[in-house]
Amino acid sequence: MADLSCNIAGVRSPNPFWLASAPPTDKRINVERAFEAGWGGVVWKTLGEAGPPIVNVCSRYGSIDYHGQRMIGLNNIELITDRPLEVNLEEITAVKAAWPDRAMVVSLMVPCNEGAWKDILKAVVQTGCDGVELNFGCPHGMSERGMGSAVGQVPEYIQDVTGWCKQHSSLPVFVKLTPNITDIRYPARAAKAGGADAVSLINTINSITSVNLDTFSPEPSVGGKGAHGGYCGPAVKPIALSMVSEIARDPETQGLPISGIGGIESWRDAAEFIALGCGSVQVCTAAMRFGFKIIDDMVDGLNNWMDSKGHQSLEDFRGRAIPNVTSWNQLDLNYKTLASIDQDKCIECGLCHIVCEDASHQAIARSKDASGKRTYTVIDDECVGCNLCYLVCPVPDCISMVEVDNGLPYMNWGDHPNNPSRT
Amino acid sequence: MGKKAIHARDVSAGRIPPQRIAANFGDLHTPLNAMQASVEAARCLFCFDAPCTEACPTAIDIPGFIRKIASGNTRGAATTIFAENIMGGTCANVCPVEELCEQVCVKNTSEHKPVTIGLLQRYATDYYFSLGEIPFQRGETTGKRIAVVGAGPAGLSCAHRLAMHGHEVTVFEARDKAGGLNEFGIAAYKMVNERAAKEVEFILAIGGIGLQTGKSLGIDFSLASLRREYDAVFLGLGHNAVNQLDMENEFEAGIGNAVDYISLVRQEDLNTLPVGRRVIVIGGGNTAIDVAVQSRKLGAEFVTMVYRRGRDAMGATDYEQEVAQTNGVLIKTWASPHALNVSKDGVRSVTFEYTEINEDGRLAGNGQFFELEADQVFKAIGQHFDDDLLDSDDCPAIDNGRVRVNENRKTSLSDVWAGGDCVPGDDLTVVAVQDGKLAAESIHLFLSGEDQ
Repeated sequence: MADLSCNIAGVRSPNPFWLASAPPTDKRINVERAFEAGWGGVVWKTLGEAGPPIVNVCSRYGSIDYHGQRMIGLNNIELITDRPLEVNLEEITAVKAAWPDRAMVVSLMVPCNEGAWKDILKAVVQTGCDGVELNFGCPHGMSERGMGSAVGQVPEYIQDVTGWCKQHSSLPVFVKLTPNITDIRYPARAAKAGGADAVSLINTINSITSVNLDTFSPEPSVGGKGAHGGYCGPAVKPIALSMVSEIARDPETQGLPISGIGGIESWRDAAEFIALGCGSVQVCTAAMRFGFKIIDDMVDGLNNWMDSKGHQSLEDFRGRAIPNVTSWNQLDLNYKTLASIDQDKCIECGLCHIVCEDASHQAIARSKDASGKRTYTVIDDECVGCNLCYLVCPVPDCISMVEVDNGLPYMNWGDHPNNPSRT
Repeated sequence: MGKKAIHARDVSAGRIPPQRIAANFGDLHTPLNAMQASVEAARCLFCFDAPCTEACPTAIDIPGFIRKIASGNTRGAATTIFAENIMGGTCANVCPVEELCEQVCVKNTSEHKPVTIGLLQRYATDYYFSLGEIPFQRGETTGKRIAVVGAGPAGLSCAHRLAMHGHEVTVFEARDKAGGLNEFGIAAYKMVNERAAKEVEFILAIGGIGLQTGKSLGIDFSLASLRREYDAVFLGLGHNAVNQLDMENEFEAGIGNAVDYISLVRQEDLNTLPVGRRVIVIGGGNTAIDVAVQSRKLGAEFVTMVYRRGRDAMGATDYEQEVAQTNGVLIKTWASPHALNVSKDGVRSVTFEYTEINEDGRLAGNGQFFELEADQVFKAIGQHFDDDLLDSDDCPAIDNGRVRVNENRKTSLSDVWAGGDCVPGDDLTVVAVQDGKLAAESIHLFLSGEDQ
């Protein structure tokens, strides 16, 4: 059995799977159920200032289905917690006391002035929580009031607020970043400059999930009107992985602990985030889709995979993929693969042929014998090794991309004769 | 021969309560609901040059219509089906898909289970019928008049396509109802809720098609008279004759043609339709299955299908054989009828001789016999086309008992086309529909002066 325990910015948990700040972590009843199920930690749903609670709308979620599969992407327009601050603080205190081994990070979002942050930190630190996460990410609602992503989109604000939080508390500070920005490295650098102990990313992406074609209302709809919400779920994972890798390989933020978020629903997703340097991962949509029980496979699957690879702790493979993420202009232009079709496995659907014909390089020939049997053959001279056929083929291992030893040395764009700015 | 039975022949109605009869004659297949259709449609790979389309006698764009179901464009899915097969509704229910589209689905190879194309086609067409629309409008009137003989699948398909081209069609039907085998010859549990009659209405709704029922070729009119009065003629005559055993007592009480009984099942009140307690069906095709299964569903206690060769040689598909067996029909192979044993009130038993392939490679009796008691015997040994109803001096060429046609379903006569069971080819509804469609296109070209 591998050791799944994690320690990120001084926050420890028995496994790296935390529930992200969201509806599943809004109340003691949810969080205790999550801990009973085996989750390693939670980021409590974002607390706001003392005073009249937030008011939410109805409805709050929209989702994307794909060919009978529900919720490959989820959008929400729910705001931060709509329960009184003191109730949340009491419950956080009680839960942390009852579950001392689990990570308890509290998400915060208050107006962009030092006094507001100082006050909330003073209250939160008394709960015994392990850290705070600054919600600079939510793209809907609160951003219109100058909070959430309205802060996260301005690196200077990030640096200021992070600095205040470090100044007014000794708790580890996680800065949660919005992806609704051109270059994720700038807010990450600002967080680091402000003294952040870690960054969490990605928060949700501006989105309208669909338009109702009967009412012409965007979804989710609030009485026929809609506002953009935050998109998450499996569909956003590739965006999150890319942004995580940017921060992991940026010389200015290299080594800054990262709590990875974005479409994680299995141990495999988590392992990928960890391989890109994440110290913990946060999950929301998958729990909202299936309930807390999914943690069983996440822990068990990660364990089994680590055992099969001989990894004894998360540190054994954390960050292992980072050196392999590079710039395009560093890629080897002489590296060559060719598609190869295993004729014994082919079921004759013809998809490889038609996609190559219509959308790629006309490199898969088709023939039909007298019995009607279809045969698809790669034309090596035309194949550019793009992967398209391999990706559309419905049969596992029927098409493989075979490395060709062409005897040519590594050559990137910088050295390529076609590059007009080659030196 | 014929040991004396010790009890009276037992052929009676109401062997089982009406509720059970109603339940027995419910739909053979449970239709897909929207969720099932969506999941099943998602299984389709949208193959290029799809084998299913190639296997469909009417060449329906199957991946195309399934993708439309997947996208929620069910109306479009149905239109795609009807574009090639105006009887796509019936075909979804009666096609032997296990030997056509579904047999060649590539998912058989990868998952050992084809996409259930038939059920998806039914999902789309049922939806379309619920709209009460028709998919195609009649073309601009051409003034050309065509006679179609026979309102079965071939004739109706031809008439519809001709109407689409704006021609005026008169359909002559010998029976008092249109539909042909769809109405009279297919097991009731495949054609529930008056499906055949509704489909006839759906087809005729295009307009420009006059239907004259109770009009028989060779009695009320002749081919020569049609050729004189119309610009072209299509013959969709079907099988108009039933094969016989040529045995003694063949026409005694209790011994009948399976097709006649199937027709009664379709047309009569099932609660008053008599059926034997012990039923023997002679034959191994789908008609034999249909009569055997329906006898069981009506309450017959023992139903035995006897076929002279082995399972593999049966005309009935594996699936149809399975339907028979799961309905409690005993399938007995390698035996042929030797004697029909009757008493004064009708059939009492059938003596069968065991058969085998002899040294010459031919089927022959081996001299050993067994006897099965019976209250009712159905002959299901095939049907054929009898050309007696065509004028001897004006008859299109006949080959091997069927009307000779070219690839456009044109006969040897310059203005006469034919299709369906009276021409060579598989005797399937879907093939008949294709014949009618091809003939109509050919007639249209002929009448437009483009195909002299």
